[in-house]
Amino acid sequence: MKNKKSSAPQEAETRPSRCPDNSAFKQQKLPAWKPQLTAASVLSTFFLTGAFCLSVGVSLIVAAKSVREIQVDYSDKCSHCSKLRENSSNWNSECLCSINITLAEDMLGDVFMYYGLQNFYQNHRRYALSRSDEQLLGRNVDVQNSYCAPFATYQNGTPMAPCGAIANSMFNDTIDLFYNFNSSVIQVPLLKTGNSWWTDKNVKFRNPESHNLSAAFAGTARPPYWHKAVYLLDEEDEKNNGYINDDFIIWMRVSAFATFRNLYRRISRKGQFTDGLPAGNYTFHISYNFPVSKFKGKKYVILSTMVWSGGSNPFLGIAYLGASQWIVQLVFILRSQW
Amino acid sequence: MKVRQATPVTSELADISTLARFDGEVICEPPNNKLDKFGGTLYWKENKFPLSNQNMLLRGCVLRNTEWCFGLVVFAGPDTKLMQNSGRTKFKRTSIDRLMNTLVLWIFGFLVCMGVILAIGNAIWEHEVGVCFQIYLPWDEGVHSAVFSGFLSFWSYIIILNTVVPISLYVSVEVIRLGHSYFINWDKKMYCAKRRTPAEARTTTLNEELGQVEYIFSDKTGTLTQNIMVFSKCSVNGHSYGDVQDVLGHNVELGERPEPVDFSFNPLADPGFQFWDPSLLEAVQLGDPHVHEFFRLLSLCHTVMSEEKSEGELYYKAQSPDEGALVTAARNFGFVFRSRTPKTITVHELGRAITYQLLAILDFNNIRKRMSVIVRSPEGKIRLYCKGADTILLERLHPSNQDLTNVTTDHLNEYAGEGLRTLVLACKDLEESYYEDWAERLRRASGAPEAREDRLARLYDEVERDMTLLGATAIEDKLQQGVPETIAILTLANIKIWVLTGDKQAPGSPCAETAVNIGYSCKMLTDDMTEVFVVTGHTVLEVREELRKAREKMMDGSRSMGNGFSYQEKLSSSKLTSVLEAIAGEYALVINGHSLAHALEADMEVEFLETACACKAVICCRVTPLQKAQVVELVKKYKKAVTLAIGDGANDVSMIKTAHIGVGISGQEGIQAVLASDYSFSQFKFLQRLLLVHGRWSYLRMCKFLCYFFYKNFAFTMVHFWFGFFCGFSAQTVYDQYFITLYNIVYTSLPVLAMGVFDQDVPEQRSMEYPKLYEPGQLNLLFNKREFFICIAQGIYTSVLMFFIPYGVFADATRDDGAQLADYQSFAVTVATSLVIVVSVQIGLDTGFWTAINHFFIWGSLAAYFAILFAMHSDGLFQMFPNQFRFVGNAQNTLAQPTVWLTIALTTVVCIMPVVAFRFLKLDLKPELSDTVRYTQLVRKKQKPQHRCARRGGCGGGSRRSGYAFSHQEGFGELIMSGKNMRLSSLALSGFTARPGAAWIETLRRKKGGESSPDTAAKG
Repeated sequence: MKNKKSSAPQEAETRPSRCPDNSAFKQQKLPAWKPQLTAASVLSTFFLTGAFCLSVGVSLIVAAKSVREIQVDYSDKCSHCSKLRENSSNWNSECLCSINITLAEDMLGDVFMYYGLQNFYQNHRRYALSRSDEQLLGRNVDVQNSYCAPFATYQNGTPMAPCGAIANSMFNDTIDLFYNFNSSVIQVPLLKTGNSWWTDKNVKFRNPESHNLSAAFAGTARPPYWHKAVYLLDEEDEKNNGYINDDFIIWMRVSAFATFRNLYRRISRKGQFTDGLPAGNYTFHISYNFPVSKFKGKKYVILSTMVWSGGSNPFLGIAYLGASQWIVQLVFILRSQW
Repeated sequence: MKVRQATPVTSELADISTLARFDGEVICEPPNNKLDKFGGTLYWKENKFPLSNQNMLLRGCVLRNTEWCFGLVVFAGPDTKLMQNSGRTKFKRTSIDRLMNTLVLWIFGFLVCMGVILAIGNAIWEHEVGVCFQIYLPWDEGVHSAVFSGFLSFWSYIIILNTVVPISLYVSVEVIRLGHSYFINWDKKMYCAKRRTPAEARTTTLNEELGQVEYIFSDKTGTLTQNIMVFSKCSVNGHSYGDVQDVLGHNVELGERPEPVDFSFNPLADPGFQFWDPSLLEAVQLGDPHVHEFFRLLSLCHTVMSEEKSEGELYYKAQSPDEGALVTAARNFGFVFRSRTPKTITVHELGRAITYQLLAILDFNNIRKRMSVIVRSPEGKIRLYCKGADTILLERLHPSNQDLTNVTTDHLNEYAGEGLRTLVLACKDLEESYYEDWAERLRRASGAPEAREDRLARLYDEVERDMTLLGATAIEDKLQQGVPETIAILTLANIKIWVLTGDKQAPGSPCAETAVNIGYSCKMLTDDMTEVFVVTGHTVLEVREELRKAREKMMDGSRSMGNGFSYQEKLSSSKLTSVLEAIAGEYALVINGHSLAHALEADMEVEFLETACACKAVICCRVTPLQKAQVVELVKKYKKAVTLAIGDGANDVSMIKTAHIGVGISGQEGIQAVLASDYSFSQFKFLQRLLLVHGRWSYLRMCKFLCYFFYKNFAFTMVHFWFGFFCGFSAQTVYDQYFITLYNIVYTSLPVLAMGVFDQDVPEQRSMEYPKLYEPGQLNLLFNKREFFICIAQGIYTSVLMFFIPYGVFADATRDDGAQLADYQSFAVTVATSLVIVVSVQIGLDTGFWTAINHFFIWGSLAAYFAILFAMHSDGLFQMFPNQFRFVGNAQNTLAQPTVWLTIALTTVVCIMPVVAFRFLKLDLKPELSDTVRYTQLVRKKQKPQHRCARRGGCGGGSRRSGYAFSHQEGFGELIMSGKNMRLSSLALSGFTARPGAAWIETLRRKKGGESSPDTAAKG
């Protein structure tokens, strides 16, 4: 009897170990939402999406239409300079070029000046890689070990600051805008700072620590294509000099495509230009340094106003309209089948 | 169980000292795989003694009813019959696995193609553009020509685009299969409480193939049947007993039955015996003489041995379970067979002990299909009791029995229709003088040196005539639970079931009949079948002829029924197979082992297969284990279908190994089949759940998973390809390196894994109710090359939009604060974000069953993407590793732009909307059954399940089919009459009864003679 008693609980103990648990998970009976494509849900989804696309498309197109933009191909217009730059032995000789434009309408609001490059492969893998972010952060690094080659050091071992193909090929034309107003020529005031991302200016790029900038860059040399050292990029403004120079930062943010535009200057809204650029005749004075004809590229200078959706690119608006059109067609197909 | 006996000369050597002096020599046949044949000669003391299969114990046997034995090892190791029968073990893969490998190779080829295209592009670009661009970007050291640059770029692109080859696919597939295996292990509905065994997925690699099975090869004994014979019905004097009152009959579940008959009046009753019709007991108790005589016959006419360990505790040792069932029935109804001596049988008839004098046993054999005893009752009357096949016995009745015969025949039809094994009982009074004369002749005949058998047969024949019909018994070869229902459902699911019964039936049994009986009782064969072909030819020509006739008949049938339609088809397609598949009417094929051996020969196998596949049901009986494997192999070879073999014994091992999927029944038969199997459970009926629920889901999930997986990798990778055309083919990636690393592992793996593990299209009950839901798997509709290309196309379509929409937006675009928008990093973040969102929405569309886990993974993946994005682009990480985390500040600057979000939204809409529209149209125009079921589920319209109810109401006219089956064996009567066994052991039979293949354990004892024996084989 005793034996029997002791064996019974043992059996009870072993039994559950063989029998699977009756849990919803193990029996695949978890509560679940079982969505189903029903006519009502599908058609209403399509309808709502179509309406959304249509409204977005219309507002994008309206917005893009209100943007005023002027684009001048100055590599074409300044062909003498292009020719001159084609021969690299003339790198030191200055070439100036003036281009007249006429604004038929006022450009109201903030006006931005861009330089545009065509056929310049900033997105080439080796090009985009050729930089040392650590160096640009003001740290003391051995650029020899970075991807900067062949723009890392000179033959005598002096490191380039900044190193790499991106920095070396920095856009170095200067463009000034003059307003021809009643036969007098007024230089349009341009802002050269505040054009880059805050994070770039304050986090990603830092000058090396030292009591002054030239001392900070002591022992380094400018990249071969540069006319002046990095600590001379903006001698007027300490906060825009060295690595944290806005033009430099913007150049270093490489473009996704071979044709791109970078923000060069903003029109400072003061004096006559409080509301933007009034209609009239303007002249660009360009110091043409950056050779493009060698690689069959083109350079542009662009003036543009801005809206909530950015510049004048109408693609997104048209795409939205197209999508809404397409969805409406799908709805009709579905309706006819249903 | 089988009877095995030592040869008379060696059986005397019972002690070790005499055994040690044994110096015989055995010359025998070379090793072969025939389990039922052995030929050899023992040379000993200048005498020759024939050795047959009767004297052999095969490897894998277990001794029953015998404590010990000495033996001589004839063959060992790979020469044993069992090893000769074991097929090669092959590594099993699923068809999806094989397809996957092909597809991965294709993808690899595609990758190389893309690499070549981009490399050529690079060479051209470097030649045309890059050469001029050298002032800003000089070529790398060592690169001197555009062609070499192109060559380098080829390898760069191979590396970048390698994500198109889904390396993580294999791991994910294994994880999903593991999950499915666990679900099988955990399934409570496949847990057998009685044997306390849960189902077990012993391999984790075959799950989805369970959803594609087209052919099931099943063993019979132990798998379909329990190998338990139960006295189920009887017909006595024109009255049928045994029907249960409230129901149609056979497939009533145990629980629904009324209380079984109470046998408590009988102290000797076997408590395990159950009978449901009280009227039979009433008839016994009322003293109906017919019923008494009926049970008296059952208690006298048999070869059962009884063992009474203590008073009233009787154990019967029956050589066949049929006999055991009959004698037990008689015992419970008050006619207790108590004991026997060579010359007497003691029976307790309703409490009175009566000893009958046993005058003769007219033994059973295959030709006679009957056995008789001649007994002298205490009153001195001599009586012959006979039981046997209805076909034989009904002809030997006295003509005066005609009316009773007709009624009994009706009953027999009924029993046969239910798949019961029937025997007809008859008796005859013998005159004392006639008996004396006959006995004298018998004595002379049995002493005759030649033609003894013939003479005995003639004598037996003479006495077993003009008998009086007593009645008929119907024994139920107890099916495993739920077998007919399972077979019916599996048949509805378009799965063809072939029963391959092995050699486990006693060798003397008329196997075709047993198999046919089982076929009827488990609904494989039905009376509305047009014809059941039985192939029993012994020569090649006979078999060929029989097969040809069967085909012709099927063709004729279809021609007459199909009005020449199929005939035309024959003309057009000239392929015999297609004609046979278009056959109208239901046919079944029963083929015998020896015929099968011919049918499986190289020149006939196709013919056989075509015939067999045209039949609704195929039963092969008395096949050797290797033949089972050959049949499976044959179907595998020509039918390109997924096969499943299910069995429980060692003789099923090779079949289980050969089939795509092997299922072992874990139970009494030992673990050998289970060890060789891929899945095991303890009841045949679980097969329907394994296939229709687990297999179907597994297949569905795997297919959905694969489609999505290829899609997401293509959508992800092809963007690089398009970008190549815009970045000078320089192998620049579109995304951040960390995104590339994490995309497959973190951002997209878990939602699709959750879908692959948990998805359900219809609830499990529905897949049982609508077995047709199983068909897409068999036809391989959900994932094949076509589906693959659709997925790929969808992936490429997505990648095109994913690249060109942001491209269109970003080209010349500026941010709302005037700065440049189209910088590389912003572009990368935009494309990556829209990609993650699009593939997440896509997995949301694909997921049909959103459990909490799916929700968690899908939303979690999106959340993880943004969390990781912002973390990677944070100041802190950049400060630590400036060269690694160069995207600093990108997330917050880019994702703050409305244009970017509008781009992402547009990309998502145009990537997803066509998919939704396409799915909806498909659902609307060409709904799959699962969609319909799902929809009806939604509408809560309860449809009547499509269950086919038992079709047979009564007997469908036609010719009478004999339900006779009796797994009995010749030679027992002689044994009993000789009294030899009683001398050796009063309890057990002297011949050891053995069951082949019960365990792998070497049960053969190697005693003295054993060591020398392997050599003897060589002499043979």
